[in-house]
Amino acid sequence: MSESQNKRGELLLRKAELAKRKKRLHRRRKLLDWGVFTGYLLPSLAGVLLFFFLPLLMLLKTSFQKSPTNSDFVGFANYGRVITNSAFVNASKNTLTFALISVPLAIVLSLLVALLLNSGMPGKSIFRSILLNPMMVPVASIVLIWQVFFSYNGVINGWFASLFGMNKIDWLKSSYAQIVIFLMFIWKNLGYNMVLFLAALNNIPTEVIESAKMDGAGPVKRFFSIKMHYLSSTIFFVGIMSLINSFKIFREVYLLTGDYPFDTLYMLQHYMNNAFRHLDYSKLSAGAIVMCIAMIIIVGFLFFAEAKFGGDIEE
Amino acid sequence: MPYRNEELIRKQRKLAATQARRKVYVHVEKPVSMFDSMSTEEREAFFTKERKRAAGVLARRNTLIKCAMGLGICIAIIASILALIPIFYTFINSFMSSAEIQDNYGVIFQSLSGHAKESGAAYLDKTPVLRMVPEKVTFEQYKTLLFMSPTYLLKFWNSVIMVVPIVLGQLVVSSLAAYSFARYRKRRREILFFSYVILMLMPFQVTLVPNYMIAEKLHLLNTFWAIILPGIFSTFSCFLLTKYMRQIPSSYVEAAKLDGATEWQIFTKIALPTCKSAIFAMAILLFIDYWNMVEQPLVLLTDEQKQPLSVFLSQINEAEIGIAFAASALYMIPALLIFLWGEEYLVEGISHSGIK
Repeated sequence: MSESQNKRGELLLRKAELAKRKKRLHRRRKLLDWGVFTGYLLPSLAGVLLFFFLPLLMLLKTSFQKSPTNSDFVGFANYGRVITNSAFVNASKNTLTFALISVPLAIVLSLLVALLLNSGMPGKSIFRSILLNPMMVPVASIVLIWQVFFSYNGVINGWFASLFGMNKIDWLKSSYAQIVIFLMFIWKNLGYNMVLFLAALNNIPTEVIESAKMDGAGPVKRFFSIKMHYLSSTIFFVGIMSLINSFKIFREVYLLTGDYPFDTLYMLQHYMNNAFRHLDYSKLSAGAIVMCIAMIIIVGFLFFAEAKFGGDIEE
Repeated sequence: MPYRNEELIRKQRKLAATQARRKVYVHVEKPVSMFDSMSTEEREAFFTKERKRAAGVLARRNTLIKCAMGLGICIAIIASILALIPIFYTFINSFMSSAEIQDNYGVIFQSLSGHAKESGAAYLDKTPVLRMVPEKVTFEQYKTLLFMSPTYLLKFWNSVIMVVPIVLGQLVVSSLAAYSFARYRKRRREILFFSYVILMLMPFQVTLVPNYMIAEKLHLLNTFWAIILPGIFSTFSCFLLTKYMRQIPSSYVEAAKLDGATEWQIFTKIALPTCKSAIFAMAILLFIDYWNMVEQPLVLLTDEQKQPLSVFLSQINEAEIGIAFAASALYMIPALLIFLWGEEYLVEGISHSGIK
């Protein structure tokens, strides 16, 4: 009797030990997995930490200091200085207006062109490559020709004068300047957005469209009830990409008009560049933090909107 | 007898079925159709008329579709022309002699450079002229650009020396990171990945100041490294490559694992070849992006000698417009060549980046 009990106890012990070993092995395997994949991530993570996250923290610190050398804590004084600065307010207003108008405009136009190209037109791929071409052209090398077109004595003014007898318009130094940069933005980004939309349109199952056609839905109805439904996540993506690109319009503006452009063209980057020149770091860092927070709010809002309105499309 | 019984039952059923049928199918008089009421001649006349009408409707619809298509093609052609005009004219102008450029555009740039007082009178009666074809095709501008003015070539070289390491470095670093993000999906990693995405979305206006500060701390300011290092660790390609690598079917990876492949083998033999087109597309996108950079060199490189061509091109003066056109064209050529070479990859890469 006692022998069998002993045996059973031994068995239990061995079982427990086995389970323990298994657990240990499992843990080791997990650790190994973690180690391997962290190893793959390490170069990137180290770089990102060193060049982006760490400096962002430094930035946060300097934004509360009087100056980089004088580390007195001044609270939100720098922020106050930045927010009340008229140049900063003007710059952020211009940048925001530009983004608010150009992003929807870019979405609508490129969607229209994508629909046009997708309607069974001959030569679709040729048009696609031609329209994608401007994306490849560096801003710097196209600026010269923009100047030829849009400067005060430029070609467009010449044409308008000879065709309609209009007075010359100073395109780059008047309120028309914004129209010019919209044109440039759309010229550059239409192709990229269009390719995104074309891909999304190709991904719509043809059966759905065909059955709608049979049920008598016209092209307009088909577009709004079916295609829009499938396109909404792409519209979101295009919106975000356009938003990022709309901040890059500074390049065109800077290369065309220099450090101090017309009032409505004064972008946030101009403000930053001019602040760099005055070496006013605490103001700069406060400005950057304000922008960072604004960006996070905008992006968070977009993600929220996407989750709310676009959530039901994922198959 | 069982046999008789069965036959009886069958007969009864048959009767019931017949009665039921009689109830359902009530005999109805055949209606007199229009077809029957007409005589043979009338019929033929009617059908020819109908055929004509149908053909008319069809033809009208076809012409409408054709018109719409024609209109669409017209719009597409106009859009394409608008897209190509600036590129086209830059090349055309680069083949003109400097005298011709002065003649055509002098009036524009003279007013820009500010000393209109002395030389302005010469241009007063002139309007700028856009020519489709240069009066005389010369390579004069390119000659002066390539052999007589080393500044331009130096700036071009500056651009190359910054862009190439960034593209190669970022591809290596981010494909490794993307593999890790794609294969190891735990909660904390996802949060880290999301922070990468947020970082990707930050415009230059935000990241430039941190870049400047860290460059100053590491004494990299005014060297190429100040631009190259943050460029290498930028997270844009990491995001897109991760999206791609997550689409690799897990059965591939499992099969490889069962055959005893190490992670490195899975990475080099499965993940990288599957994502080949995405990596090429990424290389092209990165190349354009950094070939195009203006903000970073403006802030991080105070030394004029180290500025890339993109910044330098904006500082031309009146006398050098001709050369500037040639330099612009030259600066465009690598990007356009890469586009011609890798358009398929690029389109495919962009297309896949938008699809979840």
